[in-house]
Amino acid sequence: MLEPPPNFEAFSCPVSSSSHERILLGHGSGGRMTNELIQRVFLPAFGNDVLAALEDQATVPLGPSGSRIAFTTDSFVVRPLFFPGGDIGKLAVHGTVNDLAVGGAAPLYLSAAFILEEGLPLEDLQRVVASMRQACNDAGVQLITGDTKVVDRGKGDQIFITTAGIGLVPEGRTLSISAAQPGDVVLVSGTLGDHGIAVLSVREGLEFETALESDTAPLHDLVRAMFAASDDIRCLRDPTRGGLASVLNELAAASRVGIELEESSIPVRPEVQAACEMLGLDPLYVANEGKLMAVVPAAGAERVLSAMRHHPLGRQASVVGNVVAEHAGLVTLRTRVGGERLLPLLAGEQLPRIC
Amino acid sequence: MCLGVPGRVTELFEEHGLQMGKVDFGGVTKRVCLEHVPEAAVGEYVLVHVGFALSRIDEAEARQIFLFLTRMEDPSELQQGAADEISR
Amino acid sequence: MKFLDEYRDANAARKLRQLIAGKTTRPWTLMEICGGQTHTIVRYGIDELLPPSIALVHGPGCPVCVTPLELIDKAIAIASQPGVVFCSFGDMLRVPGSRGDLFGVKANGGDVRVVYSPLDALKLAEQHPNRTVVFFAVGFETTAPANAMAVWQARQRRVKNFAVLVSHVLVPPAMNAILSSPTNRVQGFLAAGHVCTVMGYEEYEPLAARFRVPIVVTGFEPLDLLEGIYRCVCLLEEGRHGVENQYTRAVRREGNPHARQLIERVFAIGDRKWRGIGTIPASGYRLRPEFADFDAGRRFAVADLAVAESQECISGLILQGIQKPHECPAFGTRCKPDHPLGATMVSSEGACAAYYHYGRRKAE
Repeated sequence: MLEPPPNFEAFSCPVSSSSHERILLGHGSGGRMTNELIQRVFLPAFGNDVLAALEDQATVPLGPSGSRIAFTTDSFVVRPLFFPGGDIGKLAVHGTVNDLAVGGAAPLYLSAAFILEEGLPLEDLQRVVASMRQACNDAGVQLITGDTKVVDRGKGDQIFITTAGIGLVPEGRTLSISAAQPGDVVLVSGTLGDHGIAVLSVREGLEFETALESDTAPLHDLVRAMFAASDDIRCLRDPTRGGLASVLNELAAASRVGIELEESSIPVRPEVQAACEMLGLDPLYVANEGKLMAVVPAAGAERVLSAMRHHPLGRQASVVGNVVAEHAGLVTLRTRVGGERLLPLLAGEQLPRIC
Repeated sequence: MCLGVPGRVTELFEEHGLQMGKVDFGGVTKRVCLEHVPEAAVGEYVLVHVGFALSRIDEAEARQIFLFLTRMEDPSELQQGAADEISR
Repeated sequence: MKFLDEYRDANAARKLRQLIAGKTTRPWTLMEICGGQTHTIVRYGIDELLPPSIALVHGPGCPVCVTPLELIDKAIAIASQPGVVFCSFGDMLRVPGSRGDLFGVKANGGDVRVVYSPLDALKLAEQHPNRTVVFFAVGFETTAPANAMAVWQARQRRVKNFAVLVSHVLVPPAMNAILSSPTNRVQGFLAAGHVCTVMGYEEYEPLAARFRVPIVVTGFEPLDLLEGIYRCVCLLEEGRHGVENQYTRAVRREGNPHARQLIERVFAIGDRKWRGIGTIPASGYRLRPEFADFDAGRRFAVADLAVAESQECISGLILQGIQKPHECPAFGTRCKPDHPLGATMVSSEGACAAYYHYGRRKAE
């Protein structure tokens, strides 16, 4: 009935290398495959120190006065284009503003390049553009240059938007993912997983009814309020694709520290928890578009937390964990029932499961 | 096999001759086939797997473990009592 | 969430741990059958909270992991055909076949989609009458009512462009095979709670009697697992055997008669190959002949491809509970979720993936 167990004495290693000949969805997930693509393709090609630091924005001096410009770019491919709480345009503006904001920059100008698919209803484009205009107004930025291309029907997914953004970083302010130190505190500005779940709720094949909306929002003013409370902030990041867990893994690796999270401290909305239970997803890996993670020295943590809670975008700000010297490069979670587990970087996308 | 999630029936309706319902999992509502649990009424809880209700949740049974643990004031003293209690 | 959150209460968990510790006087080896239970144990660190004399071995309750390699290859071949929309639960997309996986088919231009329910796949078929929608009907008995309903409805609604590729496996024959094996060291079982919501637990009574083992039908939340373990240990310590039900809020002895009736109308029991284990007689479902039109295995005459399992993968030993993932020489090095050697590393509930994801690198 049962075959005898296989014999391992005379092994040769038949290992397949993980070379992908085509771009797979996992390359866009924000997890390990994305990192590998950056390391193997983009960095070697463009090779410069600024790019290699892999911050969310590049801060470089311009001229003798010492003022520094933060410069960032991003692409937006969300499907469906219009989802509860937002659309691809709003996402594009907020996303770029936030990449500047987490570099400590005051955002100033954006560019936007559109790749449109033949057959896209003009009305959809107008809706997206109007939404971008509103978002720019809300964020206090101007969209000052752009481009449009059209591809054949079937060669593009309705709209792709690529934005770039410029902001100014005050003298003396340096934020970096390599700056965390043992003893520091990890904060988040609010509930996790709202955006990813809101988008899933309208995705074909998985739809469900919910009042949940994307949390997409510009974070520059929240950042301003945090710096007003304390200028001793080590690092800021907005946990977009890949969620909080992915960002913390990058932080642990870059700073060569361990991170310990407390599961019961992590704020998650009941609707997000419910959707995650139903689909078998972990909110710690789900995208956010209006939240930030901050690492601050313990001494200033209370002040910064208080400033966040006084701001409309930080009402549910919480301490979620600590930076430690042990298990450098790894992120651990102390679970609700007392056991501990590792929170690794996922290879690719998180998928709904039945088991 | 595994991912079965409890939710509350909020609405009943028929589709393609099948008994269907809307089930609320706590702020997230999904259309679920109730054909295998035809006695499920609005307000009751069902266990849902891949869009199908497989079982009604018995609320009285659900409380048993908590009643049992409340009675276990000093677990190390009450081992035999616990074993008897559980093997009903 | 009601009926979930309260079963994750830390104080209640602590009390149950104390009860277990107080009751345990000898070493015991228990097996939890279902991959979802393995997932909970590892995700909450529950086995760390047990007395060291209690060993938990992880059973073959991962329908994704035990789907035969030939069937994965067949799925990949069908999904690669033009005009096919191949629908599947998310779990199956990264399971390695002999060459590549379903995700790879998508990259090569195939239309592969994740669905939540088999009825969603049927709906797709009605919406796209000039494509053939094939649904990968994988699962244990828990998923059989849903898959049966999709086929039943397809016939009722006269949907011609819909087919299912069936890979259903049954729990009791697997337990019988494990208990009959000369290398078996499992002394007590936590039976799969959700399988039992459908099938009930009458069919476990002869197994418990023949092999004189305790079998406790157990749920999936931390308190369920702890209570199930506690009850199993009580029975073992007292030298008793038999079937008990911990998951009384969802499971009745006769299961769900409506669901069982539909399963019997649509499926027949047949022999089934289990990946990593071998063929177990009468351990799977296949479509009855009257539903042959909906059988993707028959509709798509796919030539038998050369099947090549990794030599190094010990998932068979893992599925039988003979070894633990971190005892495999390839674990975490040559075999990881992004380049898995076998199914137990790919499926999110496979023991190797659970260990990798939740970080069990030290030997116990």
